[in-house]
Amino acid sequence: MDIPRYWRLKDQRYKLQGTKCNGCGHLSFPPRLVCPECKSRDYSDYRFKGRGTLYTYTIIYQAPDRFDDQAPYLVGLIDLEEGVRVTAQLTDMTLEEARIGMPLEMVIRQIYEDGARGPILYGFKFRPPFNRENR
Amino acid sequence: MRKVAIVGIGQTPVREHWQSNLRDLAVSALRDAMDDAGVETLDGVTVGNMLSGALSEQEHLGSLIVDYAGLDGVEGMKIEAACGSGGAAIRMAVKAVASGLMDTVGVVAVEKLTEYSGNHSTAALATAADADYETNMGLSFVGINALLMRRYMYEYKYDKRDFAVFPVNAHMNALHNPNAMFHFPIDTDTYASSKPVADPVSLLDASPIADGAAAVIVVAEEMVDRFKGKPISILACEVGTDTLALDNRKNPLWLRGVERSVKKAYYIAGVKPSDISLFEAHDAFSIMSALSLEASGFAEAGQGLRFAAETGVGIKGGLPMSTMGGLKGRGHPVGATGVYQVVEAIMQLRREVPAEIQVPDIKYAMTQNIGGSGATVITSILKCLNS
Repeated sequence: MDIPRYWRLKDQRYKLQGTKCNGCGHLSFPPRLVCPECKSRDYSDYRFKGRGTLYTYTIIYQAPDRFDDQAPYLVGLIDLEEGVRVTAQLTDMTLEEARIGMPLEMVIRQIYEDGARGPILYGFKFRPPFNRENR
Repeated sequence: MRKVAIVGIGQTPVREHWQSNLRDLAVSALRDAMDDAGVETLDGVTVGNMLSGALSEQEHLGSLIVDYAGLDGVEGMKIEAACGSGGAAIRMAVKAVASGLMDTVGVVAVEKLTEYSGNHSTAALATAADADYETNMGLSFVGINALLMRRYMYEYKYDKRDFAVFPVNAHMNALHNPNAMFHFPIDTDTYASSKPVADPVSLLDASPIADGAAAVIVVAEEMVDRFKGKPISILACEVGTDTLALDNRKNPLWLRGVERSVKKAYYIAGVKPSDISLFEAHDAFSIMSALSLEASGFAEAGQGLRFAAETGVGIKGGLPMSTMGGLKGRGHPVGATGVYQVVEAIMQLRREVPAEIQVPDIKYAMTQNIGGSGATVITSILKCLNS
């Protein structure tokens, strides 16, 4: 992914920012220009809290090129508290620790390095809550 | 709207065609289909393909293939809908003929996946998913199917071995199809012990990427007497869509794109699920077979695996599937797959397949081609003309 594209996505990658429909209140991540529910084009930015539970997950063994050096790694779908589902890598846990329904929180991590001389790209991943009492 | 029929079919074997390029594969299949139909020229050509730009550094396939097929000056364009490209190309031809805009349209779908190493192909295939929000999280296309499979096993209490029914059947049937990629049987133990690609999806859940091209000649049904090939009616060829990203679906385990496509197809063809004699599903992964059976009305939610085991999906079963190997056994030349499915259904209807895999009583054949994890779905229903 090239710099302009990554820069354009910084509010999503660093802040988990989606949209809230001003017509019906529907929340979207990623941001949508048209509400999928009421079709309104009137929306506001909405920042998700970044807490949720694991809906499903996979362990990637055969990875796309730029993720090859990370394999095997976990990717999951996370049900956010606000009722929206997002896709992200799971981190700060072993492959065996993942289980459907476990609580997770968003954290900023390195996503990948774009080659030896390319930029290091950052974005959200999800981990078990840092406060271990919630685990 | 005019009724539409297919009067010619052609295909190359599904292989790693290291010595053939994209255009020659496409031209072979298209000219074979034209020979089968007995036509010298066409009003138009639609080309189904997904990855020529990414892997062969070649776009603009329409005019390229028309030229090399000896159809100088004929209209040709590429149609892309990820792994659903082949089915989508047929849909475009059916629209052109049904509307009366064209009388004779060639559809050729081609894919050349062995131009690069496996990891590069993995990345290219992942462009079927949402680039910014799925692929860029490190998710492969296999991974997306693994997310579905894990959740399915969790919600409906299935074991990994329960999925073996689909790949075991696919390999069994592929054994008798000379154009299939794989010619070896597998059993539940081999399936269950194959190495993970994206857990819980393992090697024998996943269809092999391969090269190949397949073609059909689509004409107005009122004109079939002008052609040589045995005509097959295409009663319906209908498209349904859904969100590209899996996470944007309320219930990812219910393929709404399939449901939308199949409901239209049943309605237009005037049939119901119990009328279907064979079902060529998009078995790119075992989980997709289960979910397709459910959203297509053959089984209730969560009952796809049970249905397959109890009704039987073998040649003599209640609902034969992957009759010539399916994506799993014949191979999955991504953008070409949708046309292979239709070519195979036509061979079944014409009774032109080897005896071991000929479905005995066959009236309606249904094919279903899926782009991405269910974002574009093309369902076709075919039957012999005048039967």
